[in-house]
Amino acid sequence: MLEIKNLHAAIEGNEILKGINLKINAGEIHAIMGPNGSGKSTLANVLAGREEYEITGGSVRFKDNDLLELNPEDRAREGLFLAFQYPVEIPGVSNSYFLKTAYNEKRKYQGMEEIDAADFLMLMKEKMKLIEMDQALMNRPVNEGFSGGEKKRNEIFQMAVLEPKLAILDETDSGLDIDALKIVANGVNKLRSKDNAYIVVTHYQRLLAYIIPDFVHVLYKGKIVKSGGKELALDLEKKGYDWLK
Amino acid sequence: MSTELEKIESLTKKEYKYGWITDIESDSLPLGLNDDIIKALSAKKHEPEFMLNWRLKAFKRWQQMEEPNWAKVDYPKIDYQKIRYYSAPKKKKQLKSLDEVDPELLRTYEKLGIPLAEQEKLAGVAVDAVFDSVSVATTFKDKLSELGIIFCSFSEAVHNHPDLVKKYLGSVVPPTDNFFAALNSAVFSDGSFVYVPKGVRCPMELSTYFRINAADTGQFERTLIIADEGSYVSYLEGCTAPMRDENQLHAAVVELIAHKDAEIKYSTVQNWYPGDADGKGGIYNFVTKRGICKEENAKISWTQVETGSAITWKYPSVILKGDNSIGEFYSVAMTNNFQQADTGTKMIHLGNNTKSNIVSKGISAGRSNNSYRGLVKISKHAENARNFSQCDSLLIGDKCGAHTFPYIDVHNTSAQIEHEATTSKIGDDQIFYLNQRGISTEDAVSMIVNGYCKEVFRELPMEFAVEAQNLLSLSLEGSVG
Repeated sequence: MLEIKNLHAAIEGNEILKGINLKINAGEIHAIMGPNGSGKSTLANVLAGREEYEITGGSVRFKDNDLLELNPEDRAREGLFLAFQYPVEIPGVSNSYFLKTAYNEKRKYQGMEEIDAADFLMLMKEKMKLIEMDQALMNRPVNEGFSGGEKKRNEIFQMAVLEPKLAILDETDSGLDIDALKIVANGVNKLRSKDNAYIVVTHYQRLLAYIIPDFVHVLYKGKIVKSGGKELALDLEKKGYDWLK
Repeated sequence: MSTELEKIESLTKKEYKYGWITDIESDSLPLGLNDDIIKALSAKKHEPEFMLNWRLKAFKRWQQMEEPNWAKVDYPKIDYQKIRYYSAPKKKKQLKSLDEVDPELLRTYEKLGIPLAEQEKLAGVAVDAVFDSVSVATTFKDKLSELGIIFCSFSEAVHNHPDLVKKYLGSVVPPTDNFFAALNSAVFSDGSFVYVPKGVRCPMELSTYFRINAADTGQFERTLIIADEGSYVSYLEGCTAPMRDENQLHAAVVELIAHKDAEIKYSTVQNWYPGDADGKGGIYNFVTKRGICKEENAKISWTQVETGSAITWKYPSVILKGDNSIGEFYSVAMTNNFQQADTGTKMIHLGNNTKSNIVSKGISAGRSNNSYRGLVKISKHAENARNFSQCDSLLIGDKCGAHTFPYIDVHNTSAQIEHEATTSKIGDDQIFYLNQRGISTEDAVSMIVNGYCKEVFRELPMEFAVEAQNLLSLSLEGSVG
């Protein structure tokens, strides 16, 4: 699914990622943990194709593509999804219109016919149940006036609709109360299949109690310094990051 | 930031979609303007004497006037003697149906996406198509006349309804109002005339498509809309023009009169040739649009989507004379490349409990300049007047300009006036967010801009709103930052 080899990336001349190696197969959930400033969000953004970051070395294969050669929209259409840490507001653009456009862009890319408004509404309703999303939010402008929790839930809802092959959840748990956290985790668990994979970027172990990872990686100063199973997250919770430095 | 600039540079090459010249034999007067030209023009149109005298008087006044220069627009001096003031497609005889219209003309309409033949059947829109200066086809007339509604070309109105024309022409925009209005009064060629009788609600949107053709022809449209007591009418004006090297002058006058309890809704989508990417060519659009809420409870609403023209100078206004009358102005003005727009509104409160509402959305891209200029005036005797103004500017790229000039002139202490203004840029993070959902950068910008304009589009009739959105997307192509 995804193979990152010796990836280096910089922003404004400062190297943030200093040789990341990571292989993710379909059906797996990988957690990436690490202290502030270790490069977790940078990794997520580089994979999604954010332009501010300069790739200074290494390679990334996604499915059969050289990921770094694709523009951000084509990465998305190939099935890479980023659940943003800070989802932006798009005033005046309704959530449902936005999402229908995104959905159809992906279909067009795959050579499929665009879906009409009525069919899309049916699809949305089905996915809304999954995330316990309030219908009223669908007709509101994208993220405008949403609470922090609603924004995060909206990210997972979009993920449910777009059905990505690889989803990157960038600190989706931050700003969520425990009930919302459970709903989000539940949604992810229901969407999980042998055909898709997840990268869960988080500070804390608490999300990983609900989304059980197959692998946990610790990112520190732009490198993966330790990898292990789900028990590694528990160790980190107890001991902190200092013992790894 | 450098990548943003590169994108702007690389994407600013988008040709005007509606640029071509239709080859139709034109019946034209020589270049220039004097008493004889006006007499010849009037004679060509077989006008009654009152009309000719009115024109000559306006011309006399115009000669004493100076071209205004207070707007934030910049253009080379116009030589008014190098303009042709009359050009009409040659008409063999009175046309009874579309079959008799020059096929070349019909093809032009088809390119514009407004096949008249289909328009008749579509959505109840009656189209009075103005091709250059003379109306060539008017549809739905019978249906409207059953209700006593007059919807015809201005020339026809002069012949068939001279009393109405005499009574109302120049009553809102007198020939002396300003330089361009005076010029228009002297040489206006044609336009639309609407009269809705007492208590009648016009059952369909009335629509006119203007199109400038024939090289060097300034187009001087004159539109007069009268809504009698308790009536309602919604009027749509949509425009496109073919590509041209020299600048073309367009100085229209629109007058609206709303009597007691009457409502006029006037919507415009303007897409005239804005000039090429280097700022060459394009239409000068110097328009005077004004409505009067003559008696109590009248309402006039202007909605405009302005994407074209090299220069726009336009302030659709409402005189709120009747008590409890309402004036509204909803505007989207988009400028790209080297376009200049100085537009806004004037709300003149004269009656008691009068209300006005202004929503202006400016979008500037490329090296364009976009100014909002608005006046809210509350006269001494207008008790409890209310105004709310919202002026937003959106910048795309870093070479364009947005300016706001709100004038507020209050002479009555009971007035309540609110003014809000914002300026924003399309954020990279917004574009990236949409990119990450599979939406291309151009579509993302278009989506963000259309969202920004939603409050105005909402005011447009449904079919027009769709057209306006398409137009905006088209104008945005190649402006992405």
